[in-house]
Amino acid sequence: MTTAHEIHTPDFLSGNDVSIPTYRVLSQAGDLLDGADRPSLDRDKARRIYQAMLATRVLDERMMASQRQGRLSFYMQCTGEESAVIGATAALDDADMIMAQYREQGALLYRGFSIDEFMNQLFGNELDYGKGRQMPVHYGSRKLHYMTISSPLGTQIPQAAGYAYGQKLAGEGLCTLVFFGEGAASEGDFHAGMNMAAVHEAPVIFFCRNNGYAISTPSSEQYAGDGIAPRAFGYGMQVLRVDGNDLLAVYRATQEARRIAVEQNKPVLIEAMTYRLAAHSSSDDPSGYRSKKEEEIWREKDPVLRFRHWLTAQDWWSDEEEKTQQEILRRDVLDTLKRAEKRPPPPLESLISDVYADVTPALKEQMETLTAHIRRYPEAYPKGARLLEPTEDTRDNTQGGA
Amino acid sequence: MPTRNMLQAINQALDIAMAEDEKVLCFGEDVGSFGGVFRATSHLQEKYGRRRCFNTPLVEQGIIGFANGLAAQGSVPVAEIQFADYIFPAFDQIVNETAKFRYRSGDLFNVGGLTIRTPYGGGISGGLYHSQSPEAYFAHTPGLKVVVPRNPHQAKGLLLASIRDPDPVLFLEPKRLYRASTGEVPDEDYQLPLGVAEVVSEGSDITVVGWGAQMEVIGKAVALAEKEGISCEVIDLRSILPWDEETIAESVFKTGRLVVTHEAPRTGGFAGEIAAAIQERCFLYLESPIRRVTGLDTPFPLTLEKEYIPDHLKVFEAIRESMHF
Repeated sequence: MTTAHEIHTPDFLSGNDVSIPTYRVLSQAGDLLDGADRPSLDRDKARRIYQAMLATRVLDERMMASQRQGRLSFYMQCTGEESAVIGATAALDDADMIMAQYREQGALLYRGFSIDEFMNQLFGNELDYGKGRQMPVHYGSRKLHYMTISSPLGTQIPQAAGYAYGQKLAGEGLCTLVFFGEGAASEGDFHAGMNMAAVHEAPVIFFCRNNGYAISTPSSEQYAGDGIAPRAFGYGMQVLRVDGNDLLAVYRATQEARRIAVEQNKPVLIEAMTYRLAAHSSSDDPSGYRSKKEEEIWREKDPVLRFRHWLTAQDWWSDEEEKTQQEILRRDVLDTLKRAEKRPPPPLESLISDVYADVTPALKEQMETLTAHIRRYPEAYPKGARLLEPTEDTRDNTQGGA
Repeated sequence: MPTRNMLQAINQALDIAMAEDEKVLCFGEDVGSFGGVFRATSHLQEKYGRRRCFNTPLVEQGIIGFANGLAAQGSVPVAEIQFADYIFPAFDQIVNETAKFRYRSGDLFNVGGLTIRTPYGGGISGGLYHSQSPEAYFAHTPGLKVVVPRNPHQAKGLLLASIRDPDPVLFLEPKRLYRASTGEVPDEDYQLPLGVAEVVSEGSDITVVGWGAQMEVIGKAVALAEKEGISCEVIDLRSILPWDEETIAESVFKTGRLVVTHEAPRTGGFAGEIAAAIQERCFLYLESPIRRVTGLDTPFPLTLEKEYIPDHLKVFEAIRESMHF
């Protein structure tokens, strides 16, 4: 059903007739812009946010370097998008569900995922909650309400709608925030999730990180319309476009979105305009498809620096503290990395557990065959052979994932 | 004991599951007040409200994506895909997401509460897109359970078991039998085990295996064979994944002969998996090659449906040829 009125001349409408503005609060120097309200953000919370931003950047730098040294198989940085990710997370209740794509490690850092927990996943060792099954950066934490990442793009979008619908029925006043890039928004699952959420009034915040590129594909080859934001109108959803490099704007926007989602049981779309400063992943070299000059322009819009300027102006952060914190973080990441890469792999039996709730007879048989085979050719399967003759105490993976 | 058709049995199973646990939700295209195009969800919205039984937009990947999210949250979704032929838009959600949810998260999260119901199979002049039997696509997917009932009693018991199973289940309903198959179905709550085949009738000369609507075909073929003095052991596989290799192997140790039949095309069909596994296990006991009686390796046709389908005469011939090998 629509509420359309009639016209009697064939006047086609154009998307260009609607222009969606960008909400922004802070200048790059960290000053409040004219007409912008100072958000209610206290010192402790502001520092928690900034420390998560700093930790994200240090972790990303160090781990990319480790990947380049061949110590880690794969890595993806959040660089340039820290404000978008952490600002959105900070506006949520810590018990709200986050369903992420893969470039949102800042959300986990904000919620308290330890460097050790990151490292265990990155190295897929015996303490990794995911039992070493997924590629690096596919984090998950039940206790922090952060759904385990999967590689297929966009799949988490309709899942977020369903999760949020379940939260509505449970009546606990919680919502789900789902992160995805502008490339993933081209998947059919984006349409599916937006429409399902709107029709069934699910308390979900769709948060698009529009960083200009999907690997090498510029957004001009991703869509012909005015970004992702106007799509909300077609689904009957409220929408706001925000400067994704402006922490205060993202924070304030997401706070408001959460209010709409939880109080009115309505989905909301936020499009955060930002820039992927780093390569897509450790397997990508952006110099093949974009200019250094373009990257420089965005480096000057550094979101971490912009928020730091504001914090410093509030007297909530100092250059001295910055220096100390950076050093502590760098040392922590390196020390933790050294410990994590030495930890043994998950037990051989973890190959067949969790496929189903209970191990099936067929899988038991396949495991017996595999074990016998490894015993025959131990030199060809060094990790597996070591696990068959455990020398260390087997440690339980009950570090707090559940 | 009351007599019911398969739709009534399925409807009753859903009713029991929804009454027992408020976390159970039924949804899909036209599932709401209309009660589904086959009426499997009749009166459920009336009884349990629009929040627990509802229509969805027409988007299969959305239905299953939404269901995955609900199940991860702790709800118990029973999602309907109107015809199995239209499950393919949701293939990514089922294969990459549903089936791998528990494994990839190290059991931090799971979608074990999910059941996907969908009518499948031919024999109703459904042409290409209202006749398919897609079980073999899903049999290649670790993490998923695939279940097919053959009559109303089985449908109710297996569906209740599927809804309460700790793993996600794809429940394929033989739509040709929705109203055609009737039988005694107890009113009370009962379950039949998943992953366990059922020896429907014992015999000593040859083992005949199938599932779903094909069990009716096997029944007619076996009746013809028995007239010729051939004693057939008939097995309903019931669960395609994980499947009960033990029961089939035990039977073949005894009979030395095996015919497997399904409506789906031959190449890559699940009979291939059964034949290979039984050949490995029972090599020294086999007295004739394992025979597969299946659909042709073509899309499912409309006008020549009768010729296409692996009917009782084709199954009967395979039994005879095995006996006279």
